[in-house]
Amino acid sequence: MPKPIAAVNDFVVKFANVNGSGSASANQLFAKAILRMGVPVASRNIFPSNIQGLPTWFEVRISEAGHLGRRGGVDLMVAMNPQTWDQDVKSVEPGGYLFYDSTKPMPLARFRDDIQIIGMPLTEICNRQYTDARQRQLFKNIIYIGALSALLDMDMAAIETLIGEQFKGKDKLIQPNLQALHMGRDYALAHLSCPLGISVRRSDAVGDRIYLEGNSAAALGALYGGATVCAWYPITPSSSLAEAFARHCRRYRVDAATGRNRFAIIQAEDELASIGMVIGAAWNGARAFTATSGPGISLMQEFLGLAYFAEIPAVIFDVQRGGPSTGMPTRTQQADILSCAYASHGDTKHVLLFPEDPRECFEMGALAFDLADRLQTPIFVMLDLDIGMNEWLCEPLRWDEARRMDRGKVMTAADLEAGKEFGRYLDVDGDGIPYRTYPGTHPARGAFFTRGTTKNRHARYSEEGADYVDNMQRLLKKFDTAKTLVPKPVARPAKQPTGHGVLYFGSTTPAMHEALDALEAQGIHLDGLRLRGFPFGQEVLDFVASHEQVFVVEQNRDAQLRTLLLSEAGFDAAKLTPVLHYDGTPITERFISHAIAERLRALNVTPLRKTI
Amino acid sequence: MTYIAKPKLHHPKLPTNKLGFTHRDYEGAVSTLCAGCGHDSISAAIVQACFELDLPPHRIAKLSGIGCSSKTPTYFLGASHGFNSVHGRMPSVLTGANLANRDLIYLGVSGDGDSASIGLGQFAHSIRRGVNMVYIVENNGVYGLTKGQFSATADKGSKNKRGVMNTDSSIDMVSMALQFGASFVARSFSGDKDQLVPLLKAAIAHDGAAFLDVISPCVAFNNHLGSTKSFDFVREHNEAVNRLDFITTREPIRVDYQPGTVEVVTQHDGSVLRLRKVAADYDVHNRIAAMNYLQERGAAGEVVTGLLYLDAEAHDLHGYLNTVEKPFNELGEAELIPGSESLERFNQSLR
Ligand SMILES: Cc1ncc(C[n+]2csc(CCOP(=O)(O)OP(=O)(O)O)c2C)c(N)n1
Ligand code: SF4
Ligand SMILES: [Mg+2]
Repeated sequence: MPKPIAAVNDFVVKFANVNGSGSASANQLFAKAILRMGVPVASRNIFPSNIQGLPTWFEVRISEAGHLGRRGGVDLMVAMNPQTWDQDVKSVEPGGYLFYDSTKPMPLARFRDDIQIIGMPLTEICNRQYTDARQRQLFKNIIYIGALSALLDMDMAAIETLIGEQFKGKDKLIQPNLQALHMGRDYALAHLSCPLGISVRRSDAVGDRIYLEGNSAAALGALYGGATVCAWYPITPSSSLAEAFARHCRRYRVDAATGRNRFAIIQAEDELASIGMVIGAAWNGARAFTATSGPGISLMQEFLGLAYFAEIPAVIFDVQRGGPSTGMPTRTQQADILSCAYASHGDTKHVLLFPEDPRECFEMGALAFDLADRLQTPIFVMLDLDIGMNEWLCEPLRWDEARRMDRGKVMTAADLEAGKEFGRYLDVDGDGIPYRTYPGTHPARGAFFTRGTTKNRHARYSEEGADYVDNMQRLLKKFDTAKTLVPKPVARPAKQPTGHGVLYFGSTTPAMHEALDALEAQGIHLDGLRLRGFPFGQEVLDFVASHEQVFVVEQNRDAQLRTLLLSEAGFDAAKLTPVLHYDGTPITERFISHAIAERLRALNVTPLRKTI
Repeated sequence: MTYIAKPKLHHPKLPTNKLGFTHRDYEGAVSTLCAGCGHDSISAAIVQACFELDLPPHRIAKLSGIGCSSKTPTYFLGASHGFNSVHGRMPSVLTGANLANRDLIYLGVSGDGDSASIGLGQFAHSIRRGVNMVYIVENNGVYGLTKGQFSATADKGSKNKRGVMNTDSSIDMVSMALQFGASFVARSFSGDKDQLVPLLKAAIAHDGAAFLDVISPCVAFNNHLGSTKSFDFVREHNEAVNRLDFITTREPIRVDYQPGTVEVVTQHDGSVLRLRKVAADYDVHNRIAAMNYLQERGAAGEVVTGLLYLDAEAHDLHGYLNTVEKPFNELGEAELIPGSESLERFNQSLR
C-alpha cells in the first residue's frame, strides 16, 4: 500500500458525472470556492455530444504555483457515475483518493487496494431528506460539495458567499442549498476522517486575475473591436461565442434613447450563408464576423477564396474541435491550421491568430477587426474547445481609452471630391494594400465592380494573363506586409544557452510552460517560442535558424503547424521534430515532458545535470 | 476579353430626369451577352426604371451570383457599386450588405440555376428574413453560361436543344417566394417592357423582400420548339392578371378608368400602385389565393404574369432586428465601444 498522497494546494480532483444531472454548476461552485480562497485553479469540462444521460467529467487542478495547464493523472476522484466506474477508479494515482456513493454495496473486486476509499451514502441521505426526484438529484451534488469542503478543509464562508451570489434574485433557493451544503459537511465531519492528506489552504496567489471562458472573451473582443454584424450557424464548441456576443450586445449596444440596437445578429441557414453575410457586410463598410468550427470552415471554403481575391475584410473565429460528425467533435484539437491557412481554391493564404488564453481571445478578438480592415482580407482567430468552452484563470481584460479603430485604407467622399486617384487594386503605397471605397460614397467617383480574379488594377473586367499575374504578385506583397502586422511571437528563453528549442501556440501554452520547468529540473534546457500569428515573421525564422533541434508541439495528428513552417519558411524537415497530442483531451505537462525527454534520449542527448 | 466603357458624351438633347441625369447615366458597360439574349432587355428595363424613379445611381448597390444573368450588373448602373459574388450565394452577400447600410437600394440579380438549383437555400432564407431588396431572377430554364444544361425551373416534359426531355419536376420560383413570405411577388417577361418597368419601379419602392421572376429566353440554348421558356411559347401562353401603373408620390393621380376595374394601392414610402385588373377576380392581397391561382393556371399551361402579391404594410429585416436608423458603417467608437470602465466592471464580475 503506497503512502497516501499528501499535498497542500497542489493536486487534481476529477468529478465523474452523468450529463444533465445538474452536476456542472455544483462542480463549478467547487472550483470557484477554491479561487475565492486565493488558490489558482484550472478547470476543464469533458462532455459528450448529447444533452442528457452520457458520462461527463470535470477536472479541477489546484495549483498554488499557478500551473494552469493539465498536469495528467488524478489525485482525488469523485466517482458519481456507475457507467464509468472502472475507468475512473483506474485513473487514480497510486496513493490517491476515491470518493463514492456507498448507498449500494460495491463488490470488493471493483476497488483498488493502492488507493484510499471514502464512501458516503449520498443517495440514502438524499432520499431521507427529499421526496421530489429532481430535488434528490440536484441536492446530491451540493451535498457532495459539502462533504468535499470538510475532506479538503475548505473555507465554508467562500462557498456560502458564492451560493448567495449564484441565487441572487432567486433568494428562495439560497437557504435549501446552504442546508444541503451543511448536511454534506456535517456528515463528513462526523463519519469520515477529515481532512485528507490533500487539502486547500487560504493563500493570495490569485491576485486580480479573472475566471472566464475564451468564447465569452472573444465575443467581447469583437464588441470592443467594433463589430456590428454577426452571422453564425450553431456548432459546438463555437455556439457560445455567438451567444455571448448577443449577451454582451444586449448589455452594451442598445441605444439608451431609442431602445434600438447597434448590432445585428443573424442565425444563418448554414455556414455558407454566415460567411456570405459577413463578406457582404464588410464589403459595405461594417465590421462583421462569424464563429464556427472545423466543419463550418470546410463549408466556407469557396467564399473565403472570394474574400481573399476580392480583398474583403472578414473575421472568423474558429473554435477548433475533433473531426467530422458528432462525438469526438465535443473534444478539443488544434486541427484546422492547414484548412484555415490555405482555405479555398486557387492560390490563397490567410492570416491566423493564436490566442493562448481568454485574455488573448479578447485582445486578438478586437485586433482581428483592425487587421481585417487594414489588410482587407479574412482573419482567422484560432481558438479551440479547451480555451473556448472552459473557464480559465487569466489576467484581467484591459482597454486603452485612446485606442481608435483602424479602418484601413478607405477613400472618403472628400478624398474623391479632391480628385485623389482611385483604382481599387492599385498599390499606391508599395505595401500591396490598395484603397477601397464604401458603396454609396460619391455620386460620380469611386464606384467599382467587385469580382474574384478577373480584373485589372482599376477593377475592370479583364481576362489578361498579365493582369492576373500582376494582381497575384501584389497579393503576395500584401502577405509580406501582414508578417509585420500580426502579433510577434513571445520568447521564453532557457536559463542557460541551448541548441534545443520548442515552438508552441494556443491552449498548449500553460502545459508547455510547466513542462519547460519540469524538463529544466531534469537538466534539459530548451528555449521556448510561443507563436501568436501566421504568416511567420522574422523572429520565427531566426529562432529556428539559431537552434540545432526544434520541437513543434501541437494538438493534431499531422503536425499541421510544422507543415506550415516547412512550406512557408523552407526549413530543413529533419530540424523540426513534431510532438503531437490528439486524443481529444487537452494536452498535459506530463505528456510534453515525457515526449521531449524521450526524443532527446533517442537523439543521445545527455541531460546536463544541475550542479547542486 | 476586356471591358468596353461606353463613351460618356451626352447628346445635348437627351432628356434628363429630376436629378439632371440622362438615361445614359444609368447605363453600364457594353454587354457581352449573345445578341438577342433576354437578359439584356431586363438590364434595359432596370436602366429605365431607375432613370424614371430619379434615383441617384450611386445610392444603389447591385449584387449577383454567377451565370450570364449574374454578369448583367456590369451592363447597367455603371456609377453604382457592384458585386459579382459566387454561384448561388448572392442572397447572403446582399443580406450582409443591407445590414451594414440600410440606406442604399439593393438590387439582387440572379439566374434560375443560381437561385433554383445551387442557391435555392439562400434564396429561400433571404426571402424568409424579409431583407429589403429587389430580388430578380432572370429565368431562362437553362444554365446559359455553362452551355445549355437544364435548370431546376425547366418544365417537366420540355425538351432541350438536342431533343432530350426533362423528367424532373420543375420549381416555380414565384410559388416558392409566396410560400417563403415575400411581401412583393411578381412575374414578367423580358419581352414585355411595358409590364416589366412599372413592376421594377414598384418593387424598388417596396419596403421589404420584393421578388421578381422574369422569364428571359436564352437564344443560344433554349429558344427552340419544345421549350417552355422560348420567346414564342411565352408570348403565346402569357396570361397577365393585371397591368400596373407606377406613380410616385409627386405625381397627381389621374382618374381615367372604369369603376371596379382598377385598384389603387399606396405603399409604405407613399408610392402609389394603380392596378388595372385583367383577371377580374384576382386579389393581389391574398397570398393563399395567389398560390392556388398559380397552381391551377400553371397546370393549364399558362404563364401567369403581373403583380401577383403585395403586402403594402410589410416590414423588413431591420425592423425585425430593431436596429438603429444610422447605417452601421457610419457608427464610430463612441457608439460602438463601451470603454475601460465598463471593462473593469466586467472583470469584477468574474472574480
Ligand atoms: C460552385 C460553382 N459550381 C459551378 C459553377 C459553374 N456555373 C457557372 S454559371 C452556372 C449556371 C448558371 O445558370 P443560371 O443561373 O441559370 O444563369 P444563366 O447563365 O442561365 O443566366 C454554373 C453551373 C460555378 N461558377 N460555381
Ligand atoms: S448563352 Fe443564353 S443566357 Fe447566356 S448570353 Fe447567350 S443567350 Fe443569354
Ligand atoms: Mg438560366
